[in-house]
Amino acid sequence: MTETAVISDRRLAREAAKRRQARRGQAVAAVSTIIVLGGLAAVVLTSPGWPAVRETFFSWSVFKESFPEVLSGFWLDVKIFMIVEVVVLAVALAIALVRTSRGPALFPLRMLGTVYVDLFRGVPTILLVYLVGFGVPALQLTGLPTDPVVLGGIALALSYSAYVAEVYKAGIRSVHRGQRDAALAVGLTEGQAMRHVILPQAVRRVAPPLLNDFVALQKDVALISILGPQEAFRIAQIVQGENFNYTPLIAAALLYLAVTVPLARVVDRMGGGGGEVR
Amino acid sequence: MSAPVLEVRGVTKAFGSREVLRGVDLTVSEHEAVALIGASGSGKSTLLRCIDLLEEIDDGDIHLDGEVITDPSVQPVEVRRRLGLVFQAYNLFPHLTALQNVVLGERRVHGISRGEAEERGRMLLARFGLEGREHDRPDNLSGGQQQRVAIARAFSGRPRALLLDEVTSALDPELVGEVLAAVRDLKVEGMTMVIATHEMSFAREVADEVAFLHDGRILEQGPPERVLGSPESPEAKRFLSRLLDAGRI
Repeated sequence: MTETAVISDRRLAREAAKRRQARRGQAVAAVSTIIVLGGLAAVVLTSPGWPAVRETFFSWSVFKESFPEVLSGFWLDVKIFMIVEVVVLAVALAIALVRTSRGPALFPLRMLGTVYVDLFRGVPTILLVYLVGFGVPALQLTGLPTDPVVLGGIALALSYSAYVAEVYKAGIRSVHRGQRDAALAVGLTEGQAMRHVILPQAVRRVAPPLLNDFVALQKDVALISILGPQEAFRIAQIVQGENFNYTPLIAAALLYLAVTVPLARVVDRMGGGGGEVR
Repeated sequence: MSAPVLEVRGVTKAFGSREVLRGVDLTVSEHEAVALIGASGSGKSTLLRCIDLLEEIDDGDIHLDGEVITDPSVQPVEVRRRLGLVFQAYNLFPHLTALQNVVLGERRVHGISRGEAEERGRMLLARFGLEGREHDRPDNLSGGQQQRVAIARAFSGRPRALLLDEVTSALDPELVGEVLAAVRDLKVEGMTMVIATHEMSFAREVADEVAFLHDGRILEQGPPERVLGSPESPEAKRFLSRLLDAGRI
């Protein structure tokens, strides 16, 4: 017992030095944070226009009044986000599988997949929302959706499935060729190899970039507002117009942040562990 | 003499303009172990991959139990289910446990119930000294353990022949023995095997026949004592003397 309890002087000295270094590091971090944040605050708060900006952007009374309305609109954003996300994940996976397939019979589908990705990834999302939202109803075909929420959701799904398909594809390509060989060698078919061996590894590896696209989609739901649906951004704009005060937009921004920031922390955590490349 | 399990006849294979196999003939009888030796790049791995139909051959044909498996009308999946292949780099599925690695083929291919497949998988792992490691992922196993899982996986479908592609080349020296012991064990059981290897003493011990592959052709084939002891071709002599110099024999 006494033997193991002995700690050498050199070790004690080294630990004391480490503690000193850590304390100095914390002090430096604290001071620099105060200087940077304090400086920024000083610049903003002493600017000539600050009193006016505070009234038009950060009015507590307007915030309290508009928040419930903006929040009720935000539920529509959340609903659209959740449905579109599920559609995107499924459609994108189908496109990625087609694009990474090998058989000659699938050549036309492969080509179609390439065109799809080129087209919908190449066109600005806001343009797609316009084109689908106003163009499809203008065709006046029966059976096509006319609800702007549905049309806006379709436009977002087209755009994001093209992005997400490329993420999936990169994941599938990143799985070592030896994995496919091994799967075939144990007697699996190409399809079984994809499903049981390659896809599980691919999806695990691309989970962080997939979540990153989730965050982007969650924000871009606001683009649907140009078609008229009363979601958070739209309502904030309306209330802003009524009061000549921008605070409702800040309320909307806070709501988006309330969803995207936790998502971002999830992304951070996933990037830390697992997903190793071999 | 029983009918051959595997027969390779005049097989050629080129990758682009690089001819890797230039007319290989090889016959493997039931319960026989054939060691394939030769320098890196001589075509050993390619030959094994061609037999398992992971590569398409250009010319010649390969027979398994008398059936021409390289015929375009043959379903590769059906053939691969009758063969087992062990890779140099193990190629275990990293997202699955040792047990899941072993039973994946059994379950998906032969449609065996989960309980039955796992029972059999457990027994196989135990047989190769991996009792208690069933639920470990490959990451948590040593190289030697991983390769033994890979051997159990290749063996789980009760193949007609096992193809071993330099199964000890990626291992630290002190782990080579345990993997060779697993192969020895299969030989005792009478498994038909083609063993590409750099371990000459092992080839001498386990193989019934040694085939020396050089530049895409089999230059010499015969009992280990003759091919390894008194090779005839200058290429084989040179290859063996180089191994001798490196202290590898």
